[in-house]
Amino acid sequence: MFDLVTLLLLFMIIASLIALFTNDLLSAVIAIGAAGFGATVLFLLLRAPDVVPTHVVVEVLTLIILLRAVVGRETVTFAGVRPIPLAVASGVLVLLFLTFAVMSFSGMPEFGKPSMIANTDAPSRTYIAESLKETGAPNAVTAVLLDYRAYDTLGEATVIFTAIVGAVVLLRRRSRKQRQLPMGEQGGNSE
Amino acid sequence: MNGLSVIVKTTTRWVIDFIFLYGLFLTAYGHLSPGGGFPGGVTIASAYILIMLAFGKEKLYQNIGFKTISRLDCTAALAFLAVALLGFAYAGPFFVNFIQKRLPGTDFELLSAGIIPICNIIITLKVSASLLLVAVALSAVRVVPGGTDEQFQAEEED
Repeated sequence: MFDLVTLLLLFMIIASLIALFTNDLLSAVIAIGAAGFGATVLFLLLRAPDVVPTHVVVEVLTLIILLRAVVGRETVTFAGVRPIPLAVASGVLVLLFLTFAVMSFSGMPEFGKPSMIANTDAPSRTYIAESLKETGAPNAVTAVLLDYRAYDTLGEATVIFTAIVGAVVLLRRRSRKQRQLPMGEQGGNSE
Repeated sequence: MNGLSVIVKTTTRWVIDFIFLYGLFLTAYGHLSPGGGFPGGVTIASAYILIMLAFGKEKLYQNIGFKTISRLDCTAALAFLAVALLGFAYAGPFFVNFIQKRLPGTDFELLSAGIIPICNIIITLKVSASLLLVAVALSAVRVVPGGTDEQFQAEEED
């Protein structure tokens, strides 16, 4: 079993390890991008075409934004010896996490096989059989996102909104009281 | 001199319309083929970010201002909630597909599936405005090592 999917998974693991252990911020960002594009090709191979356009564009945008944020910034290195009780505690936590992860993963279907094949009463069977009749949308993914699980999408939109408000508030250079002009009006007419 | 080289600017001028068109296609046909509000919004945001990178921030602000983007973001968030709440007024539960319940369209046509295309358009506005805001906010605060505030100012002005 040394097919394309396995190769891609190995590539992503190696890229993630490089991103973790390299000392250069720039190569860490590039390694993260490589892992992300591996995930994109993986989605294409696993027949999830709905995810692919989002994933490609988000990967490109993340890469650009991270590069802009990282290039020219000084690298922070942590030096010093970690205290022994802390190291022991974190090792125990990692072992505990691994145990529970292995226990929960053993109940999952094989990688790349949909759970609806193993489970006769999986909800995805209902979605595929009934979504066109019930929602009128031939694209079952959109039918699930915006009809069956629309509440989830609303929460997702709220999460994006909160994240953006937080980012804009944290990243502005001067507070509202201190500055004369809003951010957008420095470079041109915003209205 | 703003933005990147002449090669990048020319390529951007040729490509940008197709990127916008692809984003609009992903949104409009999201209920019929792979796509939807989120990919469409991300694609449109990436087109604007391409304008910002290739031509400089001033060109972006000529097209769409910071205030307009943030207003678009807030309006789309409220509109999504309004569509969800309209379910109470028409048919009963939260987020019910009331248009499909009242006026079921022909399957596989562009105007079908009730509120799903409407939600797709709203999510496109929301996601594109949000991602553009993040990019603008991050590029507005570029940190130069050992740089002073005057250097920021100079970088913003030129």
